[in-house]
Amino acid sequence: MRRITRIATVGVASAALALTATACGNTSSSDAASDSKEKSVAIAYDIGGRGDQSFNDAAYAGLAKAEKDLKIKGNDAEPSDGEADADKIQRLTELARSGNNPVIGVGFAYAPAIKKVAPKFPKTTFGIIDDSSVTGDNIANMVFNEEQGSYLAGVAAAKTTKSKTVGFIGGVETPLIKKFEAGYAQGVKDTDPSVKVLSQYLTQPPNFEGFSKPDLGKAAAQGQLDKKADVIYAAAGLAGSGSIEAVSTAGAGKWSIGVDSDQYAQAGLAQYKDSILTSATKDVSDAVYNLIKSVADGKPQGGEIRYGLDKEGVGLTDTNPAYVKMTEVTAAVDKAKQEIIDGKITVKTTP
Amino acid sequence: MKKFDKDRLILGLAGPVLALVVAIVLTTVVLLASGTNPWEPYRIMFESASYVDVQVLIVNQAGTYYLAALAVAVGFRMNLFNIGVDGQYRLAAMMAALVGASVNLPGPFQIALIVLTAMLVGAFWSGIAGILKTTRGVSEVVSTIMLNSIATSLVAWLILPKNFGEQPAGSNNLTTGEIPKSGWFPGLSMGAEAGEIYGFTFVAALCGVIYWFVLGRTRFGFDLRATGASESAAQASGVDAKKMILTSMLISGAVAGLVGMPTLLGDSHTYSLDFPTGLGFTGITIALLGRNHPLGIAFSALLIAFLDKSSASLDQYGYEKEIATIMQGLIVISVVVSYELVRRYGLRRQQQKVGEELAAGGAIKTDADAESTSDKGAAL
Repeated sequence: MRRITRIATVGVASAALALTATACGNTSSSDAASDSKEKSVAIAYDIGGRGDQSFNDAAYAGLAKAEKDLKIKGNDAEPSDGEADADKIQRLTELARSGNNPVIGVGFAYAPAIKKVAPKFPKTTFGIIDDSSVTGDNIANMVFNEEQGSYLAGVAAAKTTKSKTVGFIGGVETPLIKKFEAGYAQGVKDTDPSVKVLSQYLTQPPNFEGFSKPDLGKAAAQGQLDKKADVIYAAAGLAGSGSIEAVSTAGAGKWSIGVDSDQYAQAGLAQYKDSILTSATKDVSDAVYNLIKSVADGKPQGGEIRYGLDKEGVGLTDTNPAYVKMTEVTAAVDKAKQEIIDGKITVKTTP
Repeated sequence: MKKFDKDRLILGLAGPVLALVVAIVLTTVVLLASGTNPWEPYRIMFESASYVDVQVLIVNQAGTYYLAALAVAVGFRMNLFNIGVDGQYRLAAMMAALVGASVNLPGPFQIALIVLTAMLVGAFWSGIAGILKTTRGVSEVVSTIMLNSIATSLVAWLILPKNFGEQPAGSNNLTTGEIPKSGWFPGLSMGAEAGEIYGFTFVAALCGVIYWFVLGRTRFGFDLRATGASESAAQASGVDAKKMILTSMLISGAVAGLVGMPTLLGDSHTYSLDFPTGLGFTGITIALLGRNHPLGIAFSALLIAFLDKSSASLDQYGYEKEIATIMQGLIVISVVVSYELVRRYGLRRQQQKVGEELAAGGAIKTDADAESTSDKGAAL
């Protein structure tokens, strides 16, 4: 046994040396640099990747639109579960080096990576969604006033509820989702102080299952329905569809409020759509498209680009005919919207 | 004696090799079944791994995995299944980051303080499971899984801005604040393009040497392995089994506390919501594949890190990078199966040999046989 350990040690050492010797000097990006004649852009996804029916898919929609309208090639890259900053740096470096411009990081987790990579590629524009803490000449920070859209959702909920109890379900308890909660709760209270808001988060970070597991959303919604809530707003990505299902099966008079995209119009939720009152949208796809277009036009966006109610970056949808018929509700929402745009109402970002 | 060593080496290697071959074959079947080119992904992965920057990533990741697997292996040698490495390292990294950010000592002391904090917190968290097991007989499998969830909630609560965390302006992340430069562990630069190998990766290697020495060369290590092999037999020979359970749980947790250190000291310098997760579970895979042997674990850690990092670029070539995840899953299954097969084969072969020798009327090499059976968990 002794001898074998020794032999093995020598073997490992020589193998390691051989590995280093053969690989000298080449990096993955130095080879890829040549083939960048065609115009291309890239996005790097957040946890969940493409197909999450929510945040990442919205970013992809922006990329797909740019591919079609602007005739450029779109690349995308997915993260691994629980990866470190080093992996994100590697991903962005590879995307930038192979000639993609702009390179967009979807989600605040890309901030440290963009901070390190952006200065190395001064001619490439880097976009980041949901973060304005990293700044630079070639960095565009796309941020949203989620709390404003959620405020309107709160107004609609307070005006619709009969039981004077409404629910909020957050996917994962992060500062971002707390903005949704804060806006919603404020909207409810400003409209009708007697309405009670039940608030619940599905998971705590770094457990991000609260964005991906519909059964969690379903159970939480069931709990809130049992406590007499009749309007439930779920800001929980894919998990929110569970909540929508629970509300829909609870029968007439119970309403869901969707999030991020217009969930009334989503094919995957078609069987529950009658109970989806409205959705508080966050137009990630437009933000992605705008940045790509600005680079294609030769006038790249930079710095903080804030998408609020005034720019229709966030908002409340009116695709459900049942909602449009509630004229008292829509009137209150429109009034609140105008007041936010005029600056008469300031919406809090923390609960 | 020499011949016997060779047999054991072959048997020891047969398990992992068989597992890898089966895993690769099955992955290829999956690729074929899904209608993609079954060879191209492998080629891309090997090509990607020939670049220095990817190699640096692989080595860094392997260092982290190595620590996680050592933490698990310490338990395994003692017949304890510490599934809680994941929670232990996350809580440890978070507390260490907090301490590191709030104190500013000169270089080495700062690093020593951070590392020590991490080890103590890790040991504390696993110690809870150890005490539950020794005093109440609670299975460590159950208690460590539960402690993982509690650690998640505890970290989430501690990192809230109203407690100890902070939210940088304009960011949607929560961090524990940045550790001052004196607490940054210097790395080995491989060139501006390639990045640097975390200094802590070398500490990880050193931990492997210590592991090998303590378990294989000290009385404590012998007691630990003996208790792992048979608690009652060890007790009969004068080992305090309960003390051994608690001690090995504490050591396992202390090593688990180190898992977050390469990233914390070498790269992120803060604990934030996007700190790497799941390393503890990967550590279990690696410890299994490496048969709890420090060298075996090193190879396994490199292999799993290779699969992780070299598959990252598959996306860009139109292949699913989950291929690597599938392969890792298949490796785990085939490892368990192939080790059992190899063990049975070895046993049968041994019996056959003894039978032949008996039949031939020759002397039985009792000492060699005894050693090989008592030590089957540690073949190689």
